[in-house]
Amino acid sequence: MIQGLTHNDHDRHYDASALSQPSHRPRQGALRARKTTSLLGLGVTAGLSLLTTGCGERYLVFRPVGPVGQVEKELIILSIILVLAVIIPVSLLLWHIVWRYRDVPGNPAPYDPEWSESHVLEVIWWGIPIVIVGVLGAFTVRDTFLLTKPPERTAAPLTVQVTSLNWKWLFQYPDQKIATVNYCEIPTNRPIQFILSANGPMNSFWVPQLGGQEYAMPGMAMRLWLQADRSGVYYGHGANFTGRGFAHMAFNVIARPRAEFDGWVRQVRHSAPVLTRVGYQSLVQSNLVKPMAFSAYAPGIFESALLKEGGMYMKRDLTMLGRSHSHSGT
Amino acid sequence: MSTFLPHFPATFIVTGDPLIYGAEVSIVLATVGILFVLTYFKKWGWLWREWLTTVDHKKIGVMYLIAALLMFFRGGVDAMLMRTQLMRPNMGFLQAEHYNQIFTTHGTIMILFMAMPFIFAMFNVAVPLQIGARDVAFPYLNAVSFWLFFFAAMLFNLSFVIGGSPDAGWVSYPPLAGLEFDRGPGENFYLLSLQITGIGSIATGINFMATILKMRAPGMTLMRMPLFSWSVLASSILIIFAFPALTVALALLLIDRLAGAHFFTMFQGGNPMMYINLFWIWGHPEVYIVILPAFGIFSEVVSTFSGKRIFGYSSMVASLMTISVISYVLWVHHFFTMGAGPGVNSFFAVATMCVGIPTGVKVFNWLFTMYRGRIRFTVPMLWAIAFIPIFAIGGATGVMLAAAPADYQYHNSFFLIAHFHQVLIGGTVFGMLAGMYYWWPKMFGHMLNERLGRWAFWLFNIGFYVTFFPQYLLGLMGMTRRMYTYPANMGWNTLNFISTIGAYVMGIGFIVLVLDVVYSIRFGERDFTGDPWNGRTLEWSLPSPAPHYNFARIPTVTSRDAWWTSKQERVRGDAPMKLEPLQPIHMPKSSGRPFIMSAIFFIGGFGLVFNWYALGFLALLGILISLLLRSLEYDTDYYVPVEEVEHTEAALGRA
Ligand code: HEM
Ligand SMILES: [Cu+2]
Ligand SMILES: [Cu+2]
Repeated sequence: MIQGLTHNDHDRHYDASALSQPSHRPRQGALRARKTTSLLGLGVTAGLSLLTTGCGERYLVFRPVGPVGQVEKELIILSIILVLAVIIPVSLLLWHIVWRYRDVPGNPAPYDPEWSESHVLEVIWWGIPIVIVGVLGAFTVRDTFLLTKPPERTAAPLTVQVTSLNWKWLFQYPDQKIATVNYCEIPTNRPIQFILSANGPMNSFWVPQLGGQEYAMPGMAMRLWLQADRSGVYYGHGANFTGRGFAHMAFNVIARPRAEFDGWVRQVRHSAPVLTRVGYQSLVQSNLVKPMAFSAYAPGIFESALLKEGGMYMKRDLTMLGRSHSHSGT
Repeated sequence: MSTFLPHFPATFIVTGDPLIYGAEVSIVLATVGILFVLTYFKKWGWLWREWLTTVDHKKIGVMYLIAALLMFFRGGVDAMLMRTQLMRPNMGFLQAEHYNQIFTTHGTIMILFMAMPFIFAMFNVAVPLQIGARDVAFPYLNAVSFWLFFFAAMLFNLSFVIGGSPDAGWVSYPPLAGLEFDRGPGENFYLLSLQITGIGSIATGINFMATILKMRAPGMTLMRMPLFSWSVLASSILIIFAFPALTVALALLLIDRLAGAHFFTMFQGGNPMMYINLFWIWGHPEVYIVILPAFGIFSEVVSTFSGKRIFGYSSMVASLMTISVISYVLWVHHFFTMGAGPGVNSFFAVATMCVGIPTGVKVFNWLFTMYRGRIRFTVPMLWAIAFIPIFAIGGATGVMLAAAPADYQYHNSFFLIAHFHQVLIGGTVFGMLAGMYYWWPKMFGHMLNERLGRWAFWLFNIGFYVTFFPQYLLGLMGMTRRMYTYPANMGWNTLNFISTIGAYVMGIGFIVLVLDVVYSIRFGERDFTGDPWNGRTLEWSLPSPAPHYNFARIPTVTSRDAWWTSKQERVRGDAPMKLEPLQPIHMPKSSGRPFIMSAIFFIGGFGLVFNWYALGFLALLGILISLLLRSLEYDTDYYVPVEEVEHTEAALGRA
């Protein structure tokens, strides 16, 4: 049990076998079901953003630009609607009761000090929350499984290895063989397989407009599927506290069409310096740095950080890592 | 002797910051002041006899209450400092180091040194009186619990001026809290003081479980027991099963730090995720440990001030017990994002939502207790009424957080911060303040002032909404927790500003509350009846404050709301109770050992903080000797003679 909790199921973990078959998971039914909730939800979102400050585009969680964030947003809206079905009646009832039964002389409302049981009423309010939890639970389970798989209708995924360092983010592109620090470029309309790790305290990788976060842990590799369907610059930040420089662990994810992305990769290959092992060691030091790009990196830095001094429980994952590119650590 | 102080760190006394100099000076001044007053008024003997050595649950309750209010103040000051730093983007009020220390001490103090002693204050003040007992099951152990908590709190707070405060968050996750990234002694202060107070808490859990199961007055079956006592039973069971997990987590992390082991280190086979699991196996039940007693208090208050029986008593009991069982299988919802896999996440998500069901049921039952009642808007009732909408919303956002994929978007953001402050403040703090106002006359024999009480209530309540509603929105805007500063271009500025203003309003509310306490000591209306609220449960049958043996005669209970029933009977003129003759009363003796032993814990803890093993070892020896002496002690109790009881009762105006 504990193994299952601390460690990762194959599904969520970096499992290269998913790579070979990204698109034969038919989830059309699920999609259609989501349509209905999204109609309902539209009103709530609109209301929410108008009600608040008028600058709705600041509510990053409600402004997803890809399928993962979209699924999460719809679930959030569904949950808001369901809980409002309890909050509103409770509040109205409270004000009504408090007003009607206040202890003032001559209050004509009935007073019944011994009345304390009603099976009908009790069945109602055990029943209502059970129904709500049933509905929300079903959608939650569906989406929980959904999000462990690559977003659909797309080309082969791109892999980006992400390492949280004190206090900076290192992005490595094993297929392009380039690397960046504190910013990350991705192509649009293509699932991105982020492989998260840390060489330092545990962090959490969060780009709200692409989708929810996942922990980046030392000695571990975790997979997070995200995707951008629109070009743009998206705010990202570490979400789990890592010490003194944590507040400065912001990064941008820049999404652009495939051709532009490829152009950027070529440009980095031609103009940027190389990230050597020594250079990596200086990144591991606790400090803040500006965004950087590297035309190449010393092979195996991601894997060897994972395996440093044993990393015994990652043996299984190491073999998986071996399948995504040439490095083999076993 | 020289081995005692081998590694005297260069930074032993914290220096370099005006805040800290201020604290150092005021600590010294306050200490000198207290010593002076005690000596000048010749109060040392009084202090020792009446308070430091007492095993009377009522006095222990009062000491818990005072300590909780003091810690509330310390934690509150931390909160004001943080909100001031976040008032505007790129503020320079606090450096990152200080901000990190402050949010760490804020969280730790509020949960372990404010909420816990506050609920224990209420346990002690009310439970034995409610169930018709003369003390708790283990009065000596009760004193041990209190003094362990007290010295642990001192040890924790000492880190502010000696050695430096912990700064890895109240959850203290390794490897950030391990030696690799945190060499300073602050983290050791955290681990040792929590360990010490944890021992006290487990003992309190055992004590109150035994008290409630074994010491109820004749006729008080479980299903006739007041709901507050039920909630204490549920909370105690949670304590007994949850705290050991914390003990283990803290101990292993301490061994990592002091002895260089590798339980939770990043590499060499350590597994930090194990700590995270252990922490929350305690941490989730912990939040229910501090909310259930508040539920109990609301049940008492709502029923009393509606002049009506509690609605759906059996449902209330069932939901308390269901909650306490379910809360053991929810801990993973604190790290859905650790990648446990969809099966595990789904299980814990649905289980978490399920805990919302009994919680919702309780809300409806409170509402229908008021329905067809006569609602008196006393201060305790105001807190109870205000609790309902806040808690409905807090519970609802809890259910929203429980939807795992949605949580990926809320986790570690200000949305989460808003959720748990909503339930902890709106639930636990409102509950404890309601309880404090409600039982104050029982504790001290006078009422708290209603006018000041209302001011405090409105300031605190309005300030609460202003502080925390913007934080939900900030979370949805992508603002993460534990950032000491934020950029100006994210659209977070206005909401943060509003939130800070709200925090100040709450701060003023707290000051008014303290004013109320001070004012009422002098001018508060005296309670000569013992039943100022027209109460329903047995504590109101006693004089205020109750004599040290509580009940001259143990009452016989024939129904729920026992005191209410007997008042009704008296009105109807039914069965004028024939009084049994008085008997000598068996009572426990005071003892100084709980105080001394806990002081030794403090010394040993302090030694280990700085790796002074010799001191730690000596303290261990001292503790073992204390335990041994207690085991060999037979003269632990005495009888209050009938004449003395008669005399006391007569002086209190009772037959
Ligand atoms: C309906 C009942 C509740 C539900 C469904 C619920 C659900 C949750 C969930 C899912 C989280 C984790 C969110 C995250 O970390 O992303 C959470 C966090 C938390 N909850 Fe609740 N909760 C409920 C009631 C309470 C109560 C009654 C309290 C305390 C009095 C409480 C205190 C907390 C605290 C302190 C945290 C977070 C601590 C931290 O991360 O530092 N919750 N809750
Ligand atoms: Cu893992
Ligand atoms: Cu929890």
